[in-house]
Amino acid sequence: MRLRTTTQRQQSRRYPGLVVGAVAVLALTACTGSAEDAADDDGGDSTPVAAAGSNDEEGDMVTIGFSAPAADHGWMGAITENVRDLAEQYPDIDLQIAEGTNDVNLQISQVETFINDEVDAIVLLPFDGAAMTPIALEAMEAGIPVINVDREFDDPNAARVTVLGDNYGMGVSAGQYMCEQFGDKPDAVIAEIAGIDSLPLTQDRSQGFEDALAECDLEVSNRVAADFTVEGGEEEAAKLLQAAPKIDGLWNHDDDQGVGVLAAIENAGRDEFVMVGGAGSANAMREIQDDSGVLKATVIYPSTQGADGVKLARLLLQQKAMSDLDEVEVPRTIQLYAPVVTSDNVDQYIDSAFES
Amino acid sequence: MSEQSTSPGADKGPDTGAVENTVAPTTDTVRVETAAAETERDTGGGLMSGSFGRNIGLVLALLLICAAGVITAGDRFASIDNSLTILRFAATIGVVSIGMTFVVTGGGFDLSVGAILALASVWSTTFATQNMAEDTHWILMVFAALAVGAGCGLVNGVVIAYGKVVPFITTLAMLAAARGLAEIISERRTQIVRNEGFKDFFSADVAGVPLIVVIFVLVSAGGWVLLNRTTFGRRTLAVGGNPEAARLAGINVNRHTVMLYVLVGLCCGLAALMLIGRTSTGSSTHGDQYELDAIAAVVIGGTLLSGGRGTIVGTVLGVLIFSTLSNVFTLNNQDTSTQAVAKGLIIVVAVLLQQRLARRATTT
Repeated sequence: MRLRTTTQRQQSRRYPGLVVGAVAVLALTACTGSAEDAADDDGGDSTPVAAAGSNDEEGDMVTIGFSAPAADHGWMGAITENVRDLAEQYPDIDLQIAEGTNDVNLQISQVETFINDEVDAIVLLPFDGAAMTPIALEAMEAGIPVINVDREFDDPNAARVTVLGDNYGMGVSAGQYMCEQFGDKPDAVIAEIAGIDSLPLTQDRSQGFEDALAECDLEVSNRVAADFTVEGGEEEAAKLLQAAPKIDGLWNHDDDQGVGVLAAIENAGRDEFVMVGGAGSANAMREIQDDSGVLKATVIYPSTQGADGVKLARLLLQQKAMSDLDEVEVPRTIQLYAPVVTSDNVDQYIDSAFES
Repeated sequence: MSEQSTSPGADKGPDTGAVENTVAPTTDTVRVETAAAETERDTGGGLMSGSFGRNIGLVLALLLICAAGVITAGDRFASIDNSLTILRFAATIGVVSIGMTFVVTGGGFDLSVGAILALASVWSTTFATQNMAEDTHWILMVFAALAVGAGCGLVNGVVIAYGKVVPFITTLAMLAAARGLAEIISERRTQIVRNEGFKDFFSADVAGVPLIVVIFVLVSAGGWVLLNRTTFGRRTLAVGGNPEAARLAGINVNRHTVMLYVLVGLCCGLAALMLIGRTSTGSSTHGDQYELDAIAAVVIGGTLLSGGRGTIVGTVLGVLIFSTLSNVFTLNNQDTSTQAVAKGLIIVVAVLLQQRLARRATTT
């Protein structure tokens, strides 16, 4: 059911970072950007961006409930911020935000409140997908479509639309970038600083990285796992640098923890390697733009997912289709693409990056 | 030596040793003595009216929040569905808070309730437990959760009572250890409950009232009786108010302390089951910061943090105040950060008012 197909993956192998990805995603990015952005985007060999279609015309008033975990990470903060910004752009969206909790009990009661209020749709980024499944099912049974964002429910019937990032794809994109840099250097030392190791998303990212590296006969020689925080990143990077006196390529899964990783690299006075980030914070992109440090690239995990969810909810409720597809219904699952950002294309992405 | 007394709840202790006779009169007097300083000189009736007055304050606060809800959200707030939403949300924290009331009244403190809840939820939903439950009956999962809760409470209690480690440190250690163990067991993954019988039972309604709310009501009622109408309750007040006097009155203070921690552990196990029923999952992240919610509810309810005075009605009102507040904030599109600030203000104002009332009571 995923929109992302192998052909796209092959394409992206040839043009990492340039192909903007699935058609679905295209439509979304086209809608997210304002008119000026669209004009800016329209450069070089990137796929032409569709003009704002009739889908943006004001339709029936729709009430959408939105709930997400606590903003204890720059990315999560950006999710809610993007949702708020989006709702302001559309006069026909009445957004009910119940944001910021890591307590599933509270998040369930927030969704119950939405059901009691008879909102038209619920956009839900669950703290824990499985734990929020029963209440999402309840909402669906009450006739309220649920748009599941980022962390999947464990029952496909619990959501009408699912918007996901591509964790495996992040690893693949990072690995392919490494292959481009060191493909002709079979003894290159590749290091990896992962996020919280026991999370499935971290495992997916590492798997993708490993698989992509294997394509060009490279492998990860040194690997540590941090915890998505600045302190954790600093600590683990310091250990890694101690353990590996010479590194060629380093992939750090997360730009928030990357602030700490860069601090540790600075402290150790190392600059012999190329570093790739993850998630795509504005901070990291500014580093890439400067092109003075070790950070040369980052892989995006879009923080527009929540906003995309709200937008899809609006289309769904106003019975509009995604105008760039022939299909007349809003798709079931949309997986966003994980492009590589380098100094060549950073201008294209920096405006939509999140502040950590 | 002084731990020999067979029934400290009995009216008189003429057969106790000469030493005790001078220091420890009847347990009733112990209770009055140890009840918080401000009501010391009052008669029994005064004690009743004191707590009644405090509860009136809490009821007023609750009504105020409800009024704010009605004014800002109208029918969206004042509906049966919304009331049930508030109660379902309050139920889990409520059960933990009742247990916490006992520990705090008994002069203790428990920071580990959220972590124990997480561990109990994980333990009772592991693959092995669920398989065994599949072969026998889902009641096994219930036993597992309660046993884990009671077990953790037992460890806390023994270390505090016999190891003489202060409750703050002991339960802080348990907080770290229990959540860590929950993460190890679950490998930090969310464990999904497959047993339909269990899910159906815990998501059932009793005459239109969700079962978890019924459990909360039953636990509150049971807690009230236990604290106010039984020897166990009187001993709890005595141990919390003045452990030395309680010991001299013939109460086995150490054993009683252990029992209090086992009790709060059981409450955590029960709350874990309620949360498993509500989410159909067990997870090491369940019960995040419940210790703070429970302590906040207990404190604004009027239970003395230093022990010796406890009120179940106050705790229930405290839980309802916070969960209603949270609901009003959600209905008004306010984020939880603002809510946290409001919560902090309420705690400080409530405690300041209590202290003022207490001072007035002692001076008149």
